[in-house]
Amino acid sequence: MTLGESVVRTYKEQMPALDTIQKLEILADAAKYDASCASSGTAKRNSKGGKGVGSTEGMGICHAYAPDGRCISLLKILLTNHCIFDCHYCVNRKSSNVRRARFTPQEVADLTLTFYRRNYIEGLFLSSGIIKSSDFTMEQMVETARILREDHDFRGYIHLKTIPEADPQLVHQAGLYADRVSINVELPTDAGLTRLAPDKNALQIEGAMGGVKSAIIQAKDERKRFKHAPRFAPGGQSTQMIVGADAATDADIVGKASRLYTGFKLRRVYYSAFSPIPDASAVLPLKRPPLMREHRLYQSDWLMRFYGFAPREVMQATGADGNLPLDIDPKLAWALKFREQYPVDVNRSSREMLLRVPGLGTRAVSQILASRRHRTLRLDDVAKLTVSITKVRPFIETADWRPVMLTDRADLRSLLAPKQEQLELFAA
Amino acid sequence: MTALQHVNFGAYYAVHLPEPDDFAFWRERARQLVQCDIPPDRVNWVEPGGASDLFAQEGPARSEKRLPVPDDPGCPVRASKRFMQIAKTAAHHSDPERFSLLYRLLWRLQSSPRMMEDKADTDVRRVEELEKAVRRDAHKMHAFVRFRRVENADEPEAPEHYVAWFEPDHHILRREAGFFVRRFANMHWSILTPRGSLHWDTKVLCEGPPAQKSDAPSGDPAEDLWRKYYASTFNPARLKIGAMLKEMPKKYWKNMPEAALIPELIAGAQQRESAMVAEGKADYAAQPDTLEAISKAIHACRNCPIGSLENHAVMGEGPQDAALMIVGEQPGDQEDLAGRPFVGPAGQVLDAALEATGIDRRAAYVTNAVKHFKYVQRGKRRLHQTPTAKEVDTCRWWQEAERAIVKPKLVLALGASAARGLLGKTVNISRSRGSPIPLDDGSELWVTAHPSYLLRLDGAAKAQQEQLFVADLAAVKARLEELAQKSGQ
Repeated sequence: MTLGESVVRTYKEQMPALDTIQKLEILADAAKYDASCASSGTAKRNSKGGKGVGSTEGMGICHAYAPDGRCISLLKILLTNHCIFDCHYCVNRKSSNVRRARFTPQEVADLTLTFYRRNYIEGLFLSSGIIKSSDFTMEQMVETARILREDHDFRGYIHLKTIPEADPQLVHQAGLYADRVSINVELPTDAGLTRLAPDKNALQIEGAMGGVKSAIIQAKDERKRFKHAPRFAPGGQSTQMIVGADAATDADIVGKASRLYTGFKLRRVYYSAFSPIPDASAVLPLKRPPLMREHRLYQSDWLMRFYGFAPREVMQATGADGNLPLDIDPKLAWALKFREQYPVDVNRSSREMLLRVPGLGTRAVSQILASRRHRTLRLDDVAKLTVSITKVRPFIETADWRPVMLTDRADLRSLLAPKQEQLELFAA
Repeated sequence: MTALQHVNFGAYYAVHLPEPDDFAFWRERARQLVQCDIPPDRVNWVEPGGASDLFAQEGPARSEKRLPVPDDPGCPVRASKRFMQIAKTAAHHSDPERFSLLYRLLWRLQSSPRMMEDKADTDVRRVEELEKAVRRDAHKMHAFVRFRRVENADEPEAPEHYVAWFEPDHHILRREAGFFVRRFANMHWSILTPRGSLHWDTKVLCEGPPAQKSDAPSGDPAEDLWRKYYASTFNPARLKIGAMLKEMPKKYWKNMPEAALIPELIAGAQQRESAMVAEGKADYAAQPDTLEAISKAIHACRNCPIGSLENHAVMGEGPQDAALMIVGEQPGDQEDLAGRPFVGPAGQVLDAALEATGIDRRAAYVTNAVKHFKYVQRGKRRLHQTPTAKEVDTCRWWQEAERAIVKPKLVLALGASAARGLLGKTVNISRSRGSPIPLDDGSELWVTAHPSYLLRLDGAAKAQQEQLFVADLAAVKARLEELAQKSGQ
């Protein structure tokens, strides 16, 4: 018996071999705390004239929804949940007692194709715990993408989570195979990161994001000059922040997000409300933040991206504790604070002002702008274009309606806030 | 009486469409009717299988000739680009009124060409609703079609064939063929629906007659994997059933293999979440502010499983204003019996080393990172077990309370567990020994090996490690004197 054999045997004795379905269970379970599942906004491709399967047509497709309301668009798994890092909020940290498993790049590629051919998914979202070293792990992830793209001519969507500590050359290769790359900033404040993710470094994370940003810009520029220049992450880069695991307020989070959007040209910042994990670290808060907080942050994200709100203005909507109100949406909160800006005349005001009316979405505003060229809008007309005219009414003026006293009423908030639902029996 | 009245104004017409989604046909006939100035309420559009109006003069199916012929076939019929876009999609809706609605809009567009921009108009809104419903149905078809691989035992060499059964709400099968051809261009597949079927063999797309669910295969081995993935990716701590139902209404569930799991996932979610929270929950009251209170409270502590073993909590000992705090891992067998820290074999090694470097143990506050003895019973002996990182983190609460009262200037951690208890992260002893690590409260931490480590070594290694241990203690003593001088000034 050679030495090699004996080593292999001991390893097997320690780790009973897991079959694919057990590994899938462990590694999908470990990956579910990543919120992102987008499969949209990448270059258009299809499998005509190729050898394999796959297409991307701009719009993302959610192939199923889990009872947590989240879309299942991609096969979201980890290559392995072994990890040499010890981040407190993470279920896969070194000191956690979860079951561990590891896929080979070939296994992940096969699984992706099996699912894709049955129209279960749009593609692959691959992340990983860190084994041996950051570079080794990143190599394995890039290899998975390579097998899919080169060996199987796979033309579906690939999202690779990038390890900030890995060699920039590897990150660059990841971008050449993937539609989107992402690096998680994890926590909104550096203090939180130092406390909860002792092995990570804020500077390194932002450095890697900066590297990806310049690679994306460079590749876009090259494609303008040379038709066959390689694409680099045509779906852009995104990141994720954990909400409620440290003391950061919504104002901190909004500030950080806007800095990331402008500084690194991110497509999306995802928020993930910290949720209880099995075998949690004792450093973490025991109570989960309300899921509504995550929702309000996404709404504020929308205000900045589509409604022309400046980050400073979103922060104005926060309460004394620096957090956005949970019972009403941030736009309504802002409107209640700045009542002097209202009522807005739907027949005369600019798009910018109409977008600030609580209850009017971007679509309703476009429809108002188009319709008012043909008729002077009355309250009934606006009602046809919106979901709830009661919510909009105090803030607008139409040909036959002026809110007179309504906008200034002290109890306006209670009139507009959604009715208190029955208390959750097991509320967090 | 009313019907006869109408006859006076002109004839009724019925147009029979050859296919329920034949927009091009509608377009030709509608143009002809507009050119002849036939108002919308005089035309009845009939789908295949639909009932026609009693009074109408028949369109193509029976007597095409009866439709009026325009005087000037070149007379322009106006329709905005936007109308044509919407109409083309809305024509696929299953509403039997859709072609009448389209004709009414076309008719009205002749006098008000920009009407489509008026979103408050009832007809415009209705056609947009139809268009939206068709697009949604198409999108859901892209998403929820589930192929199953057909096992063909007779011809093992034949290419894999994938078959799906789907029930769309509207007449979208032909419209969406392109999507599946582009996506699965190199796969043999068929999509069967109650309204018709499609077959693709990597080169040619064929249309087939309506099918039944029993024509499609009933399962696929890969569905077990898919169901396992679906169940595992669901996070029970954030149940949002409404959000799921909005995007994946129940009507689609019957043809999706994973949907059968939904009821049990929902039912089990609450329990799984509370189990996770309960497991992580520690029953902390307010942090005690005297050493006596801590001593009392730790005996009742059951925040980690060690507290439930057969053992006694061991409190730290030493002066309440000690400048030096020495933290070990956990009490051992003898400490547990004596109720005092560092009295067993490891304690003797520590005492000897302290004496050698000239540190007075009585002037230091000596305690442990974990307050209870963790062991496994082997016959009559209790064998020491290293506490897990989580147990150390849980017990950190008590050690921090002690530190808040004693306020040492310098903390000496013996071993990796003790260091974790102070820093919240695992450090490497050989790399972090010999220099101070600042702590949050302004004091500093020095790390060295645990004395029991020295007991397990022998020979040259033992001598080398003893030397290092004593050197660490000497460095601590020097630093303590330096700190004492500083505060004395």
